[in-house]
Amino acid sequence: MANTLTDHVSARGLRAPRFSLRQREAIEAWLFVSPTVVGFMLFFLGPLVAVVYFSLTEWNLLTQQSTFVGVENYVDALSRNPDFWHVLRNSFVFALGLVPLNMSLALMLALALSRPFRGVVFFRTIFFAPVVTSAVAWAIVWKFLLQGEAGAVNQLLAMVGIDGPNWLREPDWAMVAVIVTRVIKMVGLNMILYIAALQAIPRDYEAAARLEGASSWQIFRMVIWPLLAPTTLVIFVITMIGSFKVFDHIYLMTGGGPENGTLVLAFYIYEQGFKFFNVGYASALAMIMFVIVLALTVVQMILRRRDMQ
Amino acid sequence: MTTRQARLISRTCLTLALLVVAVPFVFPFLWMVSSGFKSATEIFGQPSLIPRVWRWQNYVEVFEYQPFARQYFNSLYIAVTVTVLTLIISSLAGYALARMRFAGAGLLMLFLVSALMVPEEVTIIPNFFLIRWMGLMDTHAPLILLPVFGSHGVMATFLMRQYFLAIPKELEEAGKMDGLSRFGIWWRVALPMSRPALAAVSIITFLFSWNLFLEPLVFISSLERFTLPLALSNFTDSYGLPLWHLQLAATSLAVVPILIVYLIAQRQIIESFALSGVKG
Repeated sequence: MANTLTDHVSARGLRAPRFSLRQREAIEAWLFVSPTVVGFMLFFLGPLVAVVYFSLTEWNLLTQQSTFVGVENYVDALSRNPDFWHVLRNSFVFALGLVPLNMSLALMLALALSRPFRGVVFFRTIFFAPVVTSAVAWAIVWKFLLQGEAGAVNQLLAMVGIDGPNWLREPDWAMVAVIVTRVIKMVGLNMILYIAALQAIPRDYEAAARLEGASSWQIFRMVIWPLLAPTTLVIFVITMIGSFKVFDHIYLMTGGGPENGTLVLAFYIYEQGFKFFNVGYASALAMIMFVIVLALTVVQMILRRRDMQ
Repeated sequence: MTTRQARLISRTCLTLALLVVAVPFVFPFLWMVSSGFKSATEIFGQPSLIPRVWRWQNYVEVFEYQPFARQYFNSLYIAVTVTVLTLIISSLAGYALARMRFAGAGLLMLFLVSALMVPEEVTIIPNFFLIRWMGLMDTHAPLILLPVFGSHGVMATFLMRQYFLAIPKELEEAGKMDGLSRFGIWWRVALPMSRPALAAVSIITFLFSWNLFLEPLVFISSLERFTLPLALSNFTDSYGLPLWHLQLAATSLAVVPILIVYLIAQRQIIESFALSGVKG
């Protein structure tokens, strides 16, 4: 017994280390990243490959039958199903309504709140508060406020003599309502990103421009705005992607209605997949969403690279 | 007019304008809390911020209507679990990506970046089948696993990586001299030095999990396993119409604690979001 132990020790002492320092580091590193890698393969990469395959099948969960149909679902969406273009149009209307409103408001608030003055913390706190609030709570409260005649918004409007519409029951107004309430919910985030960017601009630039007699507007136009360009680009893409993903807000405030007036892509995917169980079609829709988001991100990367040069 | 007077006037105008803009940001919270105390009939009567009759009963009925305490607890423990797991897993991976040299690191980074670009909505359908196949439907497991390993977890990893990159190498060398293993350096040197990043990841992750809606909607069907966002949307009468007085009382119960924490730690919370910068 004692003999084998000494054998073992001496053998270890004599043999060269099994792994080089470099190899050891690599093994340790892979142990460090292994939970991330395993989870990533299982819940992201695998599902991503699967959704590509699903999108090429005709698969209804109720009939339990899956047949390979090639690009049929895509053809169906793009050329046969009128709903799809309606939904895509809604998604773009939502994004094109939300993004400029959100970004211009965020910039104005950031310009007002990037310098210390009495009350600056108070205002920043208020404008950011909806960001930390759950979208569900926010949507519920606004749905309540926007009830037809009895809703607080219309009651307030009535006090100043305006006869407000039944916001969430008329297709066009419903879209306006979800856009505006979503902007109020999310604008604080962009405001903070703009404030951070504004505070990074050296004060000397502005002082120098002022010495030369530039007006506030000229300083903004010639000095601040160009320096904000990289931030503006990032905010644009984040906000655009965020608005394509909007789901809970729509689900709770309008349910895609009225008359499908607020039926947007993320909600449509959910509806097709989990309400009507059209797995194949829903997967094809998800792929289309993926391509849109990917295109936006790639455009951003190209613009950023050009920006840096 | 002196410049000082001009400045005073412009400042006053600015403050007034900001106060007006603040109305739609503050009013919903006030109206929510106030309506949570009103009766079903008063809610649609003459609008008033102060209820004519304070109906405390609403807050009792909220807990009788569905297992709201249980649902509240579900959200809390899930958010805590998700936060702790995310901190451990993302800081381990972030550390390796920042500080260790290994074959495949570049490829791994590329894959992780690609995960940031893919919305949850794209992978939710296959994930539904995966979770069903694993026998985890109507459990809390998907509400923990998907956020930890999804794009949110990846973002946390990048945040940690950026922070670890900035830690001076000398400190690690000192740790090595003291005979610490890699794991020991991570735990005793890197983590204690990155408190701000850990705080930021904690805050954002907790709120992310607390507010999650699509995943609970897809994976949870039993009332007692609901999380808060699902529970809130569930205060309806037999026709599916909202029971506003209960719904708003419940929403107040869900929102007010978060708002109080936010008001106390607003600087830290806002900075955390600014640091991460990318959660639409």
